[in-house]
Amino acid sequence: MNSVNLNSIIRFVVLILAQVLVFSNINFMGTINPYPYILFILLFPINNNRTLFIFLSFMLGLFVDLFSNSGGVHAAACVTIAFIRPPVLKFAFGMVYEHQTIKFNNTEFGNRLIYFSILVFIHHLIMFTLEIFNISNIILVLQKTLFSSIFTIILCALISILFSTKQR
Amino acid sequence: MQQIINFVIRNKTFLLFLLLFVISLGLTIQSHSYHKSKFINSANFLTGGIYESASGISDYFDLNEQNDILIEENNRLRSQILNSSDTITIASSSIDSVTYNGRYKIQSAKIINNNYASTKNYLTLNKGENDAIKEDLGVITSNGIVGIIDNTSNSYSRVLSILNTKSRINAQLKSSNHIGSLKWDGKSPATTVQLTDISKFAPVKEGDTIITGGQSTIFPKGILIGTINSFALDISGDTYTIQVKLFNDMTNLSHVYIIENLDTEEIKLLENPIDE
Repeated sequence: MNSVNLNSIIRFVVLILAQVLVFSNINFMGTINPYPYILFILLFPINNNRTLFIFLSFMLGLFVDLFSNSGGVHAAACVTIAFIRPPVLKFAFGMVYEHQTIKFNNTEFGNRLIYFSILVFIHHLIMFTLEIFNISNIILVLQKTLFSSIFTIILCALISILFSTKQR
Repeated sequence: MQQIINFVIRNKTFLLFLLLFVISLGLTIQSHSYHKSKFINSANFLTGGIYESASGISDYFDLNEQNDILIEENNRLRSQILNSSDTITIASSSIDSVTYNGRYKIQSAKIINNNYASTKNYLTLNKGENDAIKEDLGVITSNGIVGIIDNTSNSYSRVLSILNTKSRINAQLKSSNHIGSLKWDGKSPATTVQLTDISKFAPVKEGDTIITGGQSTIFPKGILIGTINSFALDISGDTYTIQVKLFNDMTNLSHVYIIENLDTEEIKLLENPIDE
């Protein structure tokens, strides 16, 4: 077992525990919670094994669902962003991604923020749509998506800066 | 045949995505229908155990506050006992210790996980089937109602909070016997729920108390819920929709009581006789 795999396993467990014990109980302004556990999906090493990646994302979402009693909404959202990650990577990082040499620690902060924002927004939109599951409450869905997304993006950016190890 | 296999291999990522997405959609839809969310719930040994150890740490922070709540409740109960021996006013009110005897079994439990930020909120309790907790028991605090147990495992149980869009609870005005059902629209803050289907002939006044009605076997009659904040007639003009301000602070709960109606089986048997 090499260090990349070990790193991923630790991330998986720590992010789920942090999400269900800390971040799901923030309740900022009454109802706004961030969901930074999807950093696991955002920062998963880029390689060719997409089947494993999609399956791991599903498990990640399912565990969070298990803790937060939400059926399968996190699992559905996680699987979707795992599936659409390559096109988003291409859009956000351009040529760097094409050459398969991308390392998240070495990318520009602006590009990374765009990449985070797109995936976080899609994740939250799917999650809240499925959770509320009622077309007449579409305003509520959009409102929750917007506020939670902003919160999540800020937290994801902060965490990724704090824990990044610059490689020279 | 060769082509089909090739197709599957070429699109295996997409097919896996589709499969997993359909599974999670299925779980979601299942969780939206009452009493069917059996698989994905926080009342199992893994999630329950983690929540319990986490709440074991955070419990120490509000011990003082919980002590105050207990003293206040003791105070109220003691004054009820002392006053009921020489007057009969208390016996005519809804909290009658004589009729409660034998009909209801009360157990205490601790909340190890409390949610109130989503539209479908649940709580997790640290008691389960080993303590004779079953589905459809009512959960209250000293201030008012909390919800109904909807899932149990050996040592944990899950409560469908009144702050859940699936929750329906029989309630009535304290001043008259007009009944309605207590719901939550998912949009209002965690202090407000809605009481619907109150007849337009009912004497509704701001500040009046709402209590549970005795029409269901889950809650006894007369458990406090909240006060009327505002009210309006429905579009149809036949019924009131009342905004109820809860007595309970749903965001700050720690210890609860679980009520079991010992007559439930008999009542159910009478209402739904088995066809022969």
